[in-house]
Amino acid sequence: MISLDLLKKKQSAVIDQFKIEKLPLKLIEMGCLPGNEITLLQRAPFKDPIYLKVDQSYLAIRRETAKNIFVRLKS
Amino acid sequence: MPQKIKVALLGSPNTGKTSVFNILTKLNQKVGNYPGITVEKKEGTWILNRQFKAKVFDFPGCYSLNANSIDESIVIETLLNKNDPDHPDVAIVVADVENLKRSLLFFTQIKGLKIPAILAINMADRMKKKGIEIDLDRLEKELNTKVVLLSARRNTGFDQLKQVLLNHQQIPNKEIFDISKIDSNYFNNLKKLFPKESIYRLWLLITQEANFTKLKRKRVTDTSDFQTLSTASLKKLQQKETIQRYVLINQVLKKTFTVNPLKASSFGATLDRILLHKVFGYIIFFGILMLIFESIYDFSSIPMDFIDESFSQLSHWIYSHLPSGNLTNLVAEGLIPGIGGVVIFVPQIAILYFFLALLEESGYMSRVIFLMDRGLRKFGLSGKSVIPLVSGTACAIPAVMATRNIENWRERLITILVTPFTTCAARLPVYAILIALVIPDKGSYQSLTLMGLYLVGFGAALFTAWVLHKSFVGDKKSFFVIEMPSYKMPLLKDVLYTVWEKTRTFIVEAGKIILAISIILWVLATNGPGQNFKLAEEMITNQYSSDQTIDLEAHIQAYKLENSYIGLIGRSIEPAIAPLGFDWKIGIALLSSFAAREVFVGTLATIYSVDSEKQETIKIKMTNEKRADGTPLFTLATGLSLMLFYAFALQCMSTVAIVKKETKTWKWPIIQLFSMTFLAYVISLSVFQLMQ
Repeated sequence: MISLDLLKKKQSAVIDQFKIEKLPLKLIEMGCLPGNEITLLQRAPFKDPIYLKVDQSYLAIRRETAKNIFVRLKS
Repeated sequence: MPQKIKVALLGSPNTGKTSVFNILTKLNQKVGNYPGITVEKKEGTWILNRQFKAKVFDFPGCYSLNANSIDESIVIETLLNKNDPDHPDVAIVVADVENLKRSLLFFTQIKGLKIPAILAINMADRMKKKGIEIDLDRLEKELNTKVVLLSARRNTGFDQLKQVLLNHQQIPNKEIFDISKIDSNYFNNLKKLFPKESIYRLWLLITQEANFTKLKRKRVTDTSDFQTLSTASLKKLQQKETIQRYVLINQVLKKTFTVNPLKASSFGATLDRILLHKVFGYIIFFGILMLIFESIYDFSSIPMDFIDESFSQLSHWIYSHLPSGNLTNLVAEGLIPGIGGVVIFVPQIAILYFFLALLEESGYMSRVIFLMDRGLRKFGLSGKSVIPLVSGTACAIPAVMATRNIENWRERLITILVTPFTTCAARLPVYAILIALVIPDKGSYQSLTLMGLYLVGFGAALFTAWVLHKSFVGDKKSFFVIEMPSYKMPLLKDVLYTVWEKTRTFIVEAGKIILAISIILWVLATNGPGQNFKLAEEMITNQYSSDQTIDLEAHIQAYKLENSYIGLIGRSIEPAIAPLGFDWKIGIALLSSFAAREVFVGTLATIYSVDSEKQETIKIKMTNEKRADGTPLFTLATGLSLMLFYAFALQCMSTVAIVKKETKTWKWPIIQLFSMTFLAYVISLSVFQLMQ
């Protein structure tokens, strides 16, 4: 299990758990919840923010937020 | 009399909700503000048939009923308050077919409020391409509602929506999600204490972080025998609720929705690779910005000349066709040039909004935010500050309002405070005339100067942001979540609606101020105290009676002006502005510009009593202006000093008002007004003194 910001470009994983108190509700509403597949599509220059596909949503978050989300790599 | 039903159009951003609204109501739209706050309130009329009319409210887009912003909280407030005049009889929830899941989250919440809700799945034209199939009958049963497939792009499905709405009494208003199962203890307790209330409603009241202006939350939280949970636990429950809702939604979609993953298009991904490239991404963005600014000048000059010419002819026509007298003078010299001074901006503002709407509707704006976030964060701003900073080149008022999607208060406040530095459209006429006056028309000196002034504006904004960032203490931690919508070809109709709406608002709002100022100025310039003003004609005639070569009329006018009220005011402030290179006439223009910058040219027109706002004529007058010692007034030093003053000073009452509204205190707009003006004074002073 690694934190989301460590995913490589184009790598997919499944959200395992997150530090719930450090995440905005909006992120969960956009589909960022345990069990959902997440793909890192692109990183902005200087590696921050990151562009993600979660479930059916496309969204971008900052690295500091991504550090609070932990994912399981798909084997 | 046709019966009227109230319909709320709800949905998250990027679902094409506003396109749907435009199709339903066409031009029968009204845009206003919710009382006390500056959230845009759009409503329109949709004629269903002879017996039924629908009053449609296009609510601000939101992702859920858990408010994050003022825009979102207004939606909740209206939906919760049954006595609100805008409380809907029916809700239409607009969903994006490609992201049905997320729209259903909002949908289940609306159902929880027991408002009959229709699900309108928009962008149905993309289903085939994406390999999406929906079992509509089953979906209707599962969600306990009516479902309509729409395409705003193809204009299909609207007749069906109309039929459903006409039979809205048949739409069940039952909840499909039981909130109490997320924490049975807590909710049973709540039910016992407030047996008559709906618990979901109570739950929303308890959890809303945003301020409610109408509904009092006290009823719930002040009850001493009710143990409220801590904010952290409430938040946890909200998250649990959201997860539970998604469990339900996934079950529903499993039975009704299929998508062929092979058909997911790669077009967007390719475009993203180019537009978000670490080098090309920035080159493309700055290229687009340059293109926009170029177009503003290239396309607007012809209509601007036409407007200018028309208004000056109108003034002449009024002179020749109305009986002469004070009223005619007021209309021809005060009113008409005043209105002309507003209308002349319309081409530039319309073009700017046209491009901004294109960027927004195509989905490109989110990419820019993504690209710029890291860099802007160093200045205490957010990637989302790009929209205010770019739209600030049109007008600071919508720009300050656009800061609302910045989640973090600190980043939002800094953005609000620095946005007025960006070169807004109202500074353009000031720059245009001064550049023509003092910068040689050789090579591209003139356009480079203008470009330089834009850069000065952005530079000042960034520098100030950095200073504020370093000096503010407090919450630096911030959330940043932004949706990256799929690329879409903008619908021209929607873009034009936006342009029309924004331009109209500008004319009305700026028009009121400019009109008032020009009337006041005209009155002050044509009246004066004491004998000097009244007897000007005789005094000058006597003084120059022997000299046949001079233009007597012009000398009389000038003498009158000097002794009018406005002349006296101007001369009293002259000592303060003389070190900046300004004389009392410029002083008047500066003073009146504190209401709105665009008044500058009009003021000079009034002061120099030129009856047209045509730049050439004012320009010639300005070129001929002399200082007391006979040297020309408008030298390079004066011109630059004046332009820089306009670049830095906060000369806009409307901005002060909007900042007060958005920050809910007078503190920030007052600090902003004084510090920006002080900065302007210091910079103009140094530039003029160094160049002298």
